Amino acid sequence: MAVNYLLSASAAAAMLLTPLAAISFAGGTIPDRAASASGTVIEMVELAAGAVIYPLPGEFLIDGRPAAAPVAGHEIPHAIAIMKYQVSYAGYQRCVDAGACKPADAPPAAEPEMAPVTGVNYLDAQAYAAWFSRETGGDWRLPTAAEWAYAAAERFTGESYSAVASDPDNPAVAWIRRYEEEAAARRKPDAKAHPRGHFGPNTNGIEDLAGNIWEWTSTCYMRTTFDGVSGAVVHETENCGVRVAEGRHRSYMSDFIRDGVSGGCAVGTPPDNLGFRLVRDTRRSVPERLMDLLRGTIFRDRIF
Amino acid sequence: MFTRRQALIGVAAAAMLAAMPPLAAAANEAEIALLPREKVALVAPPFVHAHEQVATTGPKLVEFTMTIEEKPVVIDDEGTVLHSMSFNGSIPGPMMVVHEGDYVELTLINPDTNSLPHNIDFHAATGALGGGALTFISPGEQVKLRFKATRSGTFVYHCAPEGMIAWHVVSGMSGTIMVLPREGLKNEKGESITYDKVYYIGENEFYIPRDEDGNFKSYESHGDSYAETMEAMRGLIPTHVVFNGAKGALTGDNAMTAKVGETVLFVHSQANRDTRPHLIGGHGDYVWEEGKFANPPAKDLETWFIRGGSAGAAMYTFLQPGIYAYVNHNLIEATELGAAAHVVVEGDWNDDLMKQIEAPGPIPMN
Repeated sequence: MAVNYLLSASAAAAMLLTPLAAISFAGGTIPDRAASASGTVIEMVELAAGAVIYPLPGEFLIDGRPAAAPVAGHEIPHAIAIMKYQVSYAGYQRCVDAGACKPADAPPAAEPEMAPVTGVNYLDAQAYAAWFSRETGGDWRLPTAAEWAYAAAERFTGESYSAVASDPDNPAVAWIRRYEEEAAARRKPDAKAHPRGHFGPNTNGIEDLAGNIWEWTSTCYMRTTFDGVSGAVVHETENCGVRVAEGRHRSYMSDFIRDGVSGGCAVGTPPDNLGFRLVRDTRRSVPERLMDLLRGTIFRDRIF
Repeated sequence: MFTRRQALIGVAAAAMLAAMPPLAAAANEAEIALLPREKVALVAPPFVHAHEQVATTGPKLVEFTMTIEEKPVVIDDEGTVLHSMSFNGSIPGPMMVVHEGDYVELTLINPDTNSLPHNIDFHAATGALGGGALTFISPGEQVKLRFKATRSGTFVYHCAPEGMIAWHVVSGMSGTIMVLPREGLKNEKGESITYDKVYYIGENEFYIPRDEDGNFKSYESHGDSYAETMEAMRGLIPTHVVFNGAKGALTGDNAMTAKVGETVLFVHSQANRDTRPHLIGGHGDYVWEEGKFANPPAKDLETWFIRGGSAGAAMYTFLQPGIYAYVNHNLIEATELGAAAHVVVEGDWNDDLMKQIEAPGPIPMN
């Protein structure tokens, strides 16, 4: 496991990619035109390499019967930088204006620079990541479900509802239990997106996780069947037309769905809104990190 | 004031009465005064007040009271507000149950906190526009109407003020009365059939105006909402089609419940627009599509048709546990506009009726 040289006490450090300096803390360059046409900075949070233990996404069967998702450790082998805020409406609109993204369905919730973009599907998020990478010369992508869980830390929920078939002879027992769990968890809908920062930071300093915008991840839906005796995987079927969206609870959304409420799962509480943030890998040597630290003392905007 | 239509209806009714053998000789006031009186407290839908299925006594006079409420209500999970008008504060208005030959005596109250005049038209009643011509009351007034329940079946009632009928109805002013045969319900062979519980599903459609951005508008008052609501209504495309007054009103904690082996009577009422109830995973064992119990029920229906302006009834004995969806099987209206309810049914699973023989897995390769 790699050590975060900058912050031994904390798992994460927040950084600014400042267009003024055209220097990316994470090693790439962020030209002015990409980071912002209006001088907005893209703030990043660096997460050290490590591991996350979380319930795996997907559906699981043991001997053909629904089972709880196995809780497993997942290594995050290298440090990653994740956007401190969800991609803004204004940021997304620059991709639209460049002809590389389709217009978002939802109008901005606030002043466009401060409003997270919503009404975007997985394919839109992918298009934005590709455009943003081209513009900045970086390698930006959606986080995997594991990376999202790692970044979300105490805000991570995963599955809220159990899938276990508690009575092998009566599937309705599990259906009714899950239905009642969902009914109990039903909350006042909060369909209107809020300006960024509304839900505050988590302990990693990442804002608005698990608020009322679910975030696309790159992880595909997968059904896994285990052998009941050996526990070995009997078969796995991946469906990448459905991706994992993480937020207040985990949901599986078809990649073309922009409105979680109407396009939501047949059962379960649907996401209020769909948005995203991007990550990039940061592999930094010790000298590079020392240089980063030095630069950091120059740019007073920098946040730790 | 008599309209031409009313006069014609009156003539037709008189002709029918002349042609019909006297069902029960017209009672005079003195005879009616001797009838036992029963005061029934109405309950909010989807529940129905306690009642006998087979009448154990002779005809009665059954007293009901309803207070009309005008109030803003939230009709979906986005917080869209309808300036509602309703009988007794619920959409739909509560269901009344009496037996054929009983007299219904309704006290209708229009409190002075309301802003509009109202009345009531019972499809189960004969004459005076279903009572509408005798029950027109302004805020601050009440009226008492008595009518004889001469025909059995499920019938709609609704507000019908001249010139504003449609607006009052699509603002929530409709409900149902069920007039049971004195000997109870019968199947197609004339054998008695009974239900263990009854659920009353009132379906309403709403027409909420939108602003330039496509968002639903809200208004200060009924008056403010009138012009644009009428415009939306004339388009005939509802923005909401809901059960029990709001999207999701009969789901989650408020879902209907039953047990395997229980027989449930679902009464479905729609005062304004055609609909087609369907119980996903179940059936209608006995269905009175038109709701009129003098006709034999249809059997084993998958979906039944409720004409706008009528109420129908479907009886079903649950055979399998699980979560059933009770929907308007125009599935766009069910999933997008709100016409879906749930029934949580507990009990033992029956492998003979259904079993998953092979769990989902890869397609075998040869």
